[in-house]
Amino acid sequence: MLRIPCPFCGVRDEIEFRYRGDASVARPAAQADASEFFRYVYERANPLGWHAEWWLHVGGCRQLLRLERHTLTHEIRAVAVAAAAEPAR
Amino acid sequence: MDPVVPLPAAAPVRTRSGHYSFWRLLREGLRGQRGWRPAWVKAAPRPRYKVVIVGGGGHGLATAYYLAREFGITDVAVLEKGPIGLGNVGRNTTIVRSNYFQPPNIRFYEYSLRLWESFEQQLNFNAMVSQRGTLNLFHTEAQRDLFTRRANQMRLLGVDAEPVTREGVRALVPLVDLDNGRYPVLGGFLQPRGGTVRHDAVAWGYARGASERGVDIIEQCEVTGLRRADGRITGVETARGFIGADTVCLAVAGFSSRLAAMADVRLPIETHVLQAWVSEAIKPVLDVVLTYGAGHFYVSQSDKGGLVFGGAIDGYNTYAQRGTLPMAEEVAAAAVTLLPGLARLQVLRQWGGIMDMSMDGSPIISRTPVAGLVLNGGWCYGGFKAIPAGGMTTAHLIATGNPHPLAAHLGLERFAAGRTLDERGVGPFPYAH
Repeated sequence: MLRIPCPFCGVRDEIEFRYRGDASVARPAAQADASEFFRYVYERANPLGWHAEWWLHVGGCRQLLRLERHTLTHEIRAVAVAAAAEPAR
Repeated sequence: MDPVVPLPAAAPVRTRSGHYSFWRLLREGLRGQRGWRPAWVKAAPRPRYKVVIVGGGGHGLATAYYLAREFGITDVAVLEKGPIGLGNVGRNTTIVRSNYFQPPNIRFYEYSLRLWESFEQQLNFNAMVSQRGTLNLFHTEAQRDLFTRRANQMRLLGVDAEPVTREGVRALVPLVDLDNGRYPVLGGFLQPRGGTVRHDAVAWGYARGASERGVDIIEQCEVTGLRRADGRITGVETARGFIGADTVCLAVAGFSSRLAAMADVRLPIETHVLQAWVSEAIKPVLDVVLTYGAGHFYVSQSDKGGLVFGGAIDGYNTYAQRGTLPMAEEVAAAAVTLLPGLARLQVLRQWGGIMDMSMDGSPIISRTPVAGLVLNGGWCYGGFKAIPAGGMTTAHLIATGNPHPLAAHLGLERFAAGRTLDERGVGPFPYAH
């Protein structure tokens, strides 16, 4: 069981959250060509190690969080609110 | 099904370990069991091979076997970082079936099922192939329509699929609580030729067949780098030194992204963990492979008597070969909803294996942007049943340079080209199989 430190709700069980995948991929500009969209939609670094990822706290504050979590030890070293973590587009 | 590619003819078997038969068993029994020889040879690496296969699991060993048997290519090494057969091929729920919906999937997995049907005769190895049938239950009328459509699609391609009524389900599996309060069972659909195969024997059988034909099976030989020159693969760096190769095939599902990254190739794959459980052994209660339609749960009973069951992946990227408890709870809840009689059964063991979850839920058997580097991966959590077909089609790709007709749709280029094979129809998410 992951215990995720939500900035609003405190440390909560993973079952309150929904995993939303890799947070390191960035949507290309609307005019970008197909190969850039291919990389965005399909290709993943899939690291063994630290992984930036989105978790939606559906069973709590409903905020989208950006975690840095280790994919072998499951240690969580950073949590940020998506709005603050994500650059404006 | 029209045999797109005819099944291979039986090959003569003459192995160092001798022909296995009832008479051999009797003879060895009378002679104090002193005549048995190791089934396969533990080789030391040579400096160079025509083909190096990374990964001594089901797909790697099967690829080596079919390369040697079907294509006469025996200058082959299979490199395994630990002992062979201890990865996902020895850690799964052993189910084989071809009850898919998309025609390319039906053809591919049906070819695999046919190879399973002749596996023991071809390899002279007892893999306890048991075609006990796979029964998928449905719980709503919409689900009945969906399953009917899937069964019809299978039958159009000549694959066996039969509707089963509620009473039929009761007769097949008396344990099922047909009238459970949340999801009453309306019926099911059965693939009579589906079933289970002894997974360890699959690794050992292919290893024996490949080794006898001259393939080197090299254990304790972790690959640490892929060497390239002018955009072409030239060999692999390993824990036991550099090994040159004309072709390198990655068959390391779970770790495909890591190995491909050694050649700067990025894949449409995420690594996730799938758990499975085995209960204490009980008397025979279940003689089909049963899947629940209102949750993710599948179960069969092993010949030892334990119930072998599993569910979905835990759901977030991980390389940890262990599972966490929320999925265990979800699977247990599904189990006792469907089969309340199991509620007091104790779980004997649990394990987690890591999966290549591809972005369309379908496998990848493909060339890569690096010449001479071939990938067999992306099996999601359905790789076991595909081992014979995966090995045969990967061997075909390596030997001829062209995809096998039954796996031509499984190339990496399908993602960029918009030809994904999305069995579930849910879009680009690495959660499906």
